[in-house]
Formats: sequence, C-alpha cells, structure tokens
Amino acid sequence: MENILEVKNLTVTLPSPEGTVEALRGVSLELHPGEVLAIVGESGCGKSMLCRSIMKLLPKSARIPQGQILADGADITNYSQKDMNRLRGKLFSMVFQDPMTALDLTRTVEQQIAEAVTVHSPRLSRQALHARVMELMTLVGIREPETRGKLYPYHFSGGMRQRVVMAIALAANPKILLADEPTTALDVTVQAQILDLLKEIQRKLHTATILVSHDLGVVARAADRVAIMYAGRIVEIGTAEEIYYDPRHPYTWGLMRSLPALARDGQLYTIPGMPPSLVNPPAGDAFACRNEYALAIDYREAPPMFRVSDTHYAATWLLDQRAPKVTPPIGGAAHG
Amino acid sequence: MDENMDENIVTVRHLTHRFRLSRKHTLTAVDDVSFSIRRGEILGLVGESGCGKSTVARCMMNLYRPTGGEICFNGINTCDQRAFRANRKLLQTHRQLIFQDSTSSLNQRMQVADIIAEPMRIHHIRPPRGSYRQEAAFQLHYVGMDESFLDKYPSQMSGGQRQRVAIARALAMEPELLVADEPIASLDVSIQAQIVNLFKHLQQEHGFSILFIAHDLAMVEYLCDRIGVMYRGKLVELAPSRELAENPLHPYTRLLLSAIPTPDPIRERARPAVSFDEMTFPTQGTLRECTPGHWVLMP
Repeated sequence: MENILEVKNLTVTLPSPEGTVEALRGVSLELHPGEVLAIVGESGCGKSMLCRSIMKLLPKSARIPQGQILADGADITNYSQKDMNRLRGKLFSMVFQDPMTALDLTRTVEQQIAEAVTVHSPRLSRQALHARVMELMTLVGIREPETRGKLYPYHFSGGMRQRVVMAIALAANPKILLADEPTTALDVTVQAQILDLLKEIQRKLHTATILVSHDLGVVARAADRVAIMYAGRIVEIGTAEEIYYDPRHPYTWGLMRSLPALARDGQLYTIPGMPPSLVNPPAGDAFACRNEYALAIDYREAPPMFRVSDTHYAATWLLDQRAPKVTPPIGGAAHG
Repeated sequence: MDENMDENIVTVRHLTHRFRLSRKHTLTAVDDVSFSIRRGEILGLVGESGCGKSTVARCMMNLYRPTGGEICFNGINTCDQRAFRANRKLLQTHRQLIFQDSTSSLNQRMQVADIIAEPMRIHHIRPPRGSYRQEAAFQLHYVGMDESFLDKYPSQMSGGQRQRVAIARALAMEPELLVADEPIASLDVSIQAQIVNLFKHLQQEHGFSILFIAHDLAMVEYLCDRIGVMYRGKLVELAPSRELAENPLHPYTRLLLSAIPTPDPIRERARPAVSFDEMTFPTQGTLRECTPGHWVLMP
C-alpha cells in the first residue's frame, strides 16, 4: 500500500537550561491512506512532539539532526514555513486537546468555520461559502446548522465545541488529520461520540488519522493500528487486535494493567517510577529501570524492533531468541 | 438517612445551591441533595460536567454558602454562620480539599517544603517532628516522594508529582475528612493508577473519610466504598460500589456504566455510542431505599 505519510528515523532535539533534550529519538512510522493510527504513551514521551514535527509547529530552537518526513511522496523535512503554509489545512490539519482555547470566543461559530474555508478557497461566492459551512457543520454532526451557526463558542458544550474545531480542521479536505488528545478534556459520556465521529469522517472522506492519546481504553474504539511510545521512541506497533490481545512489550503490559477495567484481584497495577529525563537519556533501554522483566542487556544496549508478525513489531529484548521465556501478565484469551 | 452521629462524619440534608445568572435567571446547580459520609469510608461522587458535583464539594468546604439545606460535620452545622465562626479552627484543620488542577492550586513561587508547611504555619501548629522542614519531608515520604523534592518549585515537577504535593499538604493537617475534587482528571492513566492507589493506601493507614469526585466511573468503582451518581443537580442513585456496578437501578446510572471504555477493540467497536445530549432522565421524586443501602430517586 502507498503510504500517505512516512516518518523515517526522526530525531528532534530541543535546547534547555539543563542540556539538550532529545524529544524524539529515531521514530519511524508509516500512515496508510484512510486508516486511524493511534499513538499512545505517557506525557512527555514525545507523542505531541511527533505531531508538531509533522506539522512543523516546533519551537524555533528545535533541531532535526537526522531523519526524514515524507508526506504524500514529497520530502517535507526541510520545508520552510512558507512552503508549509500551502500544505497545512490541505494536506494535513490538526485538532488540539482543548476545544476551549482553540476557538475565538468573540466570533460566531459560523464565522470561524467560514474563515478556515476562505483561507483555502478565497474566490468562493457568499452563497457557496455559506453552503460549504453548513455542509461542514452537518458533517461533524451539528444539527440545525443554520441556527447553531449564529451562536458563540460559549453557548456550546465541550463535545459540541470539539465538533466545531473538527469542522474547521476539515475545511479544506485534508488527507491527514492529526488529533492530539481530542477527547481528554471531555466527559466519558461524550468521548465515544467524538471517536465515532472521527471514524465516520475517516470513512466518508477517506482521511488518514493520527490519534494521540494517553488512554488505551479510549483508543480501542477508533484505532486500526496502535503505536506505543516511550521516552521518544516507538516501543511497540501493531494492529489494534495485536496490541490489545497479544501485547509483547513490558511497557504495554504496564499500561494495560493500570486500567481499572483490567485490575485483577482488587489491586490496580502501577508502573513503578517515573519516565526518564530526556536530557541525558540512559544507555540501553530507557524503560529498563521501571521494567520488572528487565534483562542485563537492557541496561547496556537498546533493543532493536523485533518482528512478531508483518504488522506487529516490538522493541524488547524479551523477543530475542536467547531471552528467557516470560509469561505476559496480560493479554491472550483472558479478555479476548 | 442515618442520624447516628458516631457513624457519620458528614451529613448533608436537602442541600440546594442556586447561582444567579442575571436578574431573571437562576441556575439550580444542586437541587435537594441529601447523603452522608460514614467514618473511614471513601464516598465517590460521579456525573457529567455541569451536574453539580463540584458545587456540592465547595458547599461542603464552605467555599459557597448554600441557598438551602444544611451540612453537619461532626455535629456542627457548617452552614450556620455562628456555628462556623465558633468552630472555625476545627473546621479548617479537620477538613481538607484537593483540587483538580495542581498547576493552579500550588503557589508557583513557593518551594515544596514551604507549600506543605504553610497550613501548619497559618494555624500555628507546632510541627510534631521538630521543624517545619522535617515535617514536610515526612509528609513527602508518606506520598512516596523523597527529600530531594523539598527545594523544588511546582514548575520543576510533573503533574503526578504536583498532585502528590497537594495531597501531602492536605495530609499535613491530619484531616478527618478529605474532599478531592477531580484529583486525577488531568493526569495520565498510569499516573492516575498511582494516585488512586495512594488514596487507598493512605485511607487504610489514617482511617480518614474521603469524598472523591470524578467523572470516570471506572476509577471510582475501583477506589470507593459507596458511589453517588449525580444528574442535573440531583442525586439519582447512591449504593455500595459493587452493588451499583452489578445492579444499577436508575436509567442514567446504567447509561453511565455503559459509557466506560474497555481496552478491547472488538467489543468496544460493537458498543453503540449513546448521545447524552438528547436524552433526559426523570429528576423528579425522592431518594428511596430499594434494597438495604441502595438508594434510588423514584417519582
């Protein structure tokens, strides 16, 4: 399959008072057209950084010492902001976590969506513009768009506001939609609706979506493939079924076990310790010191991506032939 | 509900709170809510945003003056101004509050040691362990952090660590009642698990009571002894956690339970999404006991 987006061995560094932060440390992934790829990890693992590097919304001081980003066949790694402006919105657009701050409180919803449409097609007549705005609002599931369009963001609930943000993101029919924690600020009761909407849009417009989240439970609903990130690296990637029913990386096990739905014998598992600082990342596997299954080699050498199946890869030495056999604490038939 | 003073640390009777939006409009955030918190129990309060659960917490902590009803803490009616003034010190030390957003609830310009010791300084409590600093270090240990954090500023810590500091600050007063208003909502799932386990552990060690407010029913079900479900300002169901999860009686509780996401793609994709915006549930009636300990709002 042709990839709409390809990230190859991407490394991003940021200067900080303590030293250089290695925010991303060799991330590689592909995004196929029309799929939902979920990126899951704790805060500070670099998942938002990855979205920002793709969109080129990095701080000015950020450097990309190595790696490539290929979008729709073109290498955009060294694109200037001017070049990027032509791609943003048309090729890819982004939905942010907080729908409260993403919208302008002093203008009606209709005006804000219209603005996004006008930027990409400035020659639209007034009627066509209005029709397009109504079409977008219907697409994201806002009923009675004629009346609701005249309202201001503060008239809307969190879920409705997130729909407006999505309408703006979809204004120019992007091929790639980057959703950075789109449901985190919302109630549990609204989360499923927004995820279904993402899925529906992806079906209708054939948009490829990158869905960033910290909650494996939330992601299960929408994701076709799941990538688990830890300390600036992708540690496991596979189809949703492979990740949920047959996880291989100890970090994925930990994330799954810390969900209350899977708390066994009344005790909720917690991953001990904190994610490492990325100023001077430890040698070897960054997860080793929090990993109860760590092997001696984990402290010396970072594991490569081991192949489990054609779609499923995991970076843990446990998959090496010489490693002792470990029974995973989770997965398999238990909740299949 | 039970009038027994020894058993209940807090009794809330017919609590009502209205916000005036304009001269003509008022919003009834909390509407005739009655419940009690037993000694040494963790009571969970769940509901969507805007259902009034935070308003209940704020009324309980005297941050809002309720429009009607009364709240008794250890037999003191905290809504009564005179009773409140007479017992101010007791009420302010024995009840502690933890907020959702640790970034804004901790002073950015204070170091951790000062943040934790501040309530003791305010109430002129002599630190039982020598100095304020030693006391702060002790409390930090309690929440699973070491002394190296004493001289840090909130901005130098992660969200989970800041929330631990907020908990340590509340614990420094050795409260009898801890009100936690969405303490885990802004944290990562793995950190949420740490904080929830910490609450459970601390409650077992200290034996204080906790009112735990959250919108995530899954975590509440795991942590709490009893759960109250709120909907549009009303308490619609109150039952022991297991009973509520296995035998929900109010239609809103059933919907809320069905909205919990499961880490299982096949089952999760099959689960229909329910639109809560268009649904309305009966909010009329009184809370009645169906089976022992299981209260449901019935018309």
